[in-house]
Amino acid sequence: MVCNTCLFSVWQSCMMKACRMRKLNLFYGIRVRAKSWSYVFGEDVGFGGVFRCTTGLADTFGKHRVFNTPLCEQGIVGFGIGLAAMGNRAVAEIQFADYIFPAFDQIVNEAAKFRYRSGNLFNCGGLTIRTPYGAVGHGALYHSQSPEAYFCHVPGLKVVIPRSPTQAKGLLLAAIRDPNPVIFFEPKWLYRLSVEDVPEGDYTLPLSQAEVIREGGDITLVGWGAQLAIMEEACVEASKEGISCELIDLRTLLPWDKEIVEASVNKTGRLLVSHEAPITGGFGAEIAASITERCFLRLESPVARVCGLDTPFPLVFEPFYMPTKNKILDAIKASVNF
Amino acid sequence: MAISMALSSISSSVSSSTSVGNPRRRALHLKTQRPRTVFLGSKVECGIRGVQHTDLSRNATFHSAKATLSELLRENTTSTSDLLLMHDEGLELYEDMILARSFEDMCAQMYYRGKMFGFVHLYNGQEAVSTGFIKSLRKDDFVCSTYRDHVHALSKGVPARQVMSELFGKATGCCRGQGGSMHMFSKEHQVLGGFAFIGEGIPVATGAAFATKYRREVLKDDKADAVTVAFFGDGTCNNGQFFECLNMAALWKLPIIFVVENNLWAIGMSHYRATSIPEIWTKGPAFGMPGVHVDGMDVLKVREVANEAIARARRGDGPTLVECETYRFRGHSLADPDELRKPDEKAHYAARDPIMSLKTYLIENNLASEGDLKAIEKKIDEIVEDSVEFAEASPLPERSQLLENVFADPKGFGIGPDGRYRCEEPGFTAGTAQV
Repeated sequence: MVCNTCLFSVWQSCMMKACRMRKLNLFYGIRVRAKSWSYVFGEDVGFGGVFRCTTGLADTFGKHRVFNTPLCEQGIVGFGIGLAAMGNRAVAEIQFADYIFPAFDQIVNEAAKFRYRSGNLFNCGGLTIRTPYGAVGHGALYHSQSPEAYFCHVPGLKVVIPRSPTQAKGLLLAAIRDPNPVIFFEPKWLYRLSVEDVPEGDYTLPLSQAEVIREGGDITLVGWGAQLAIMEEACVEASKEGISCELIDLRTLLPWDKEIVEASVNKTGRLLVSHEAPITGGFGAEIAASITERCFLRLESPVARVCGLDTPFPLVFEPFYMPTKNKILDAIKASVNF
Repeated sequence: MAISMALSSISSSVSSSTSVGNPRRRALHLKTQRPRTVFLGSKVECGIRGVQHTDLSRNATFHSAKATLSELLRENTTSTSDLLLMHDEGLELYEDMILARSFEDMCAQMYYRGKMFGFVHLYNGQEAVSTGFIKSLRKDDFVCSTYRDHVHALSKGVPARQVMSELFGKATGCCRGQGGSMHMFSKEHQVLGGFAFIGEGIPVATGAAFATKYRREVLKDDKADAVTVAFFGDGTCNNGQFFECLNMAALWKLPIIFVVENNLWAIGMSHYRATSIPEIWTKGPAFGMPGVHVDGMDVLKVREVANEAIARARRGDGPTLVECETYRFRGHSLADPDELRKPDEKAHYAARDPIMSLKTYLIENNLASEGDLKAIEKKIDEIVEDSVEFAEASPLPERSQLLENVFADPKGFGIGPDGRYRCEEPGFTAGTAQV
């Protein structure tokens, strides 16, 4: 797939303050304009989507390229795979990550394996699945799940999770242009909450490259998505007690940037991973195992994981289920004082 | 050509539109093939007319089956007084619909006051479907619903107090506060849930129906004749699970009724823009079961169809697909600004408010007086107020409940080596306790 950056038109207006959802809209304009064979589809995307991410796109680019699908996730993703296999850019939206499971079969068995089993005759690299995930405060069992771990177990897929509007735009553009199928999880908590100045124009951020967003020397914290904001608060609290934390945003979970995390742990000697998904079998386990392999002799304390509890996402008990700032702070202290 | 060949094999089931009181529809001319069938419990065998018509848009000619209504209606006397109901039945239906409407309105109030949270989907406008079907069921019949399930639970007999508590997330709710708005369950009243996911309840209902049939036919339990009713919406009818279950139910002749609450909208997507054949009832015969379309804003018509379908299932004659044309007066959920539906569409259906229609009917036919109806409304107001007070006064679930029922062992994952809940250890909420 050739990526023609010169085809992208650059927005004329100057930098504007944009909240997350509008940011997604800006990038979409760039993306969809670029190729006449890019498509955006999913449930209710025509009027803008339940989170207003696709507002105005159908008007600008036409209903033949931005359209609603019936309510069939398996069909939506499978159809997207077919489109992508024919050389198109298909951006499928799954309305909530909790609904992605009917499509799990298509994603795992088809999207991830298309290039492999056809011996590179065909591929569905043009497929990007975007889906809001994560807790939102009142979502309960089926509007709050974090299913990233299931997909991180599938070679052939990429899993990308941004932490802020600026990141989201760059990462999403990169994800769409990446010649592999990508699942892009958007933390829905941040749709309304996160407000930032997002640069207009076209820019991408590299996939499979983590970012150190806070430097420190005592302990390395690794996270992604909305959880980073919580971890940052914990870092600030910890610094008041004299513990200096290094905070890393993984950004891409599969394939993840082992080198940066390894380098950081070699510096600090301690690691803590935090995510909203339940702890057993969560992606933190993969990070813990890999880092222990690589940095065993350097580690001063066991790798700590502060994650969601091993229950279905609860209704009223969400505050107890979530890996809160206090839980992280306690774990930081426990690790430092090991 | 291949399409018309495939479609010309007509199944033995028949679809028709029962709208009693409307002018009879004639089968559209042409070819007569004469397989015989008994339709929906009718004692009259009727012929299926093969109808040939050309669909210019698809450049294909195909056949479909329509029974001539005249044959069916011959046995149903159409005198209006027979259609009815007795005084008590009328009041029962009215009470159920008023309970539904008042309860849902109270939910909206509580939501905007912050007592209730999350995603709440209200049933205003669709009461006739729930009342029409569920009030004809027995206590041991099963109901499987969607996320718009408060009223299905109420109609089935779950006390308003329990439903309201569940919505508030309190321990006295029907699911102990674990499920919330979209997951109403009741063992006592055989409500198999509330499903947040569209279409997830249909296979579950199919399984329940299979269990009943198995008990009856294999285990020879004559008393096992419970019927299962699965409710779902128009958007769900484009989902794979729906079709899979239609096939299974017809294949095994299960005692199940698939009720489509077609309110024409799936959040912001119009049914007509999402569905290749918007007449959902026609999909029943494709799988070998009768498909019926009924006016879902008229509780009497719904009840009529429901009674037939339930009797059919109970007799062991198999499943039925019933499409109820209905409408939701509010948005998809309480967070939906409902900007996409046209005001004249809303007005059209508001004029057909099922409660007003029944009220007019009862009064005009001297089945009830204004006084009776007012007394019912007052009684329901008290019930709903009481349910709110009960819910507010109820305690939130214990923290230990968070870890319960993950597995069959009610304590789930969170048991320490000393047998106590780990969440009872000091420091649990501070994050230091192991889970």
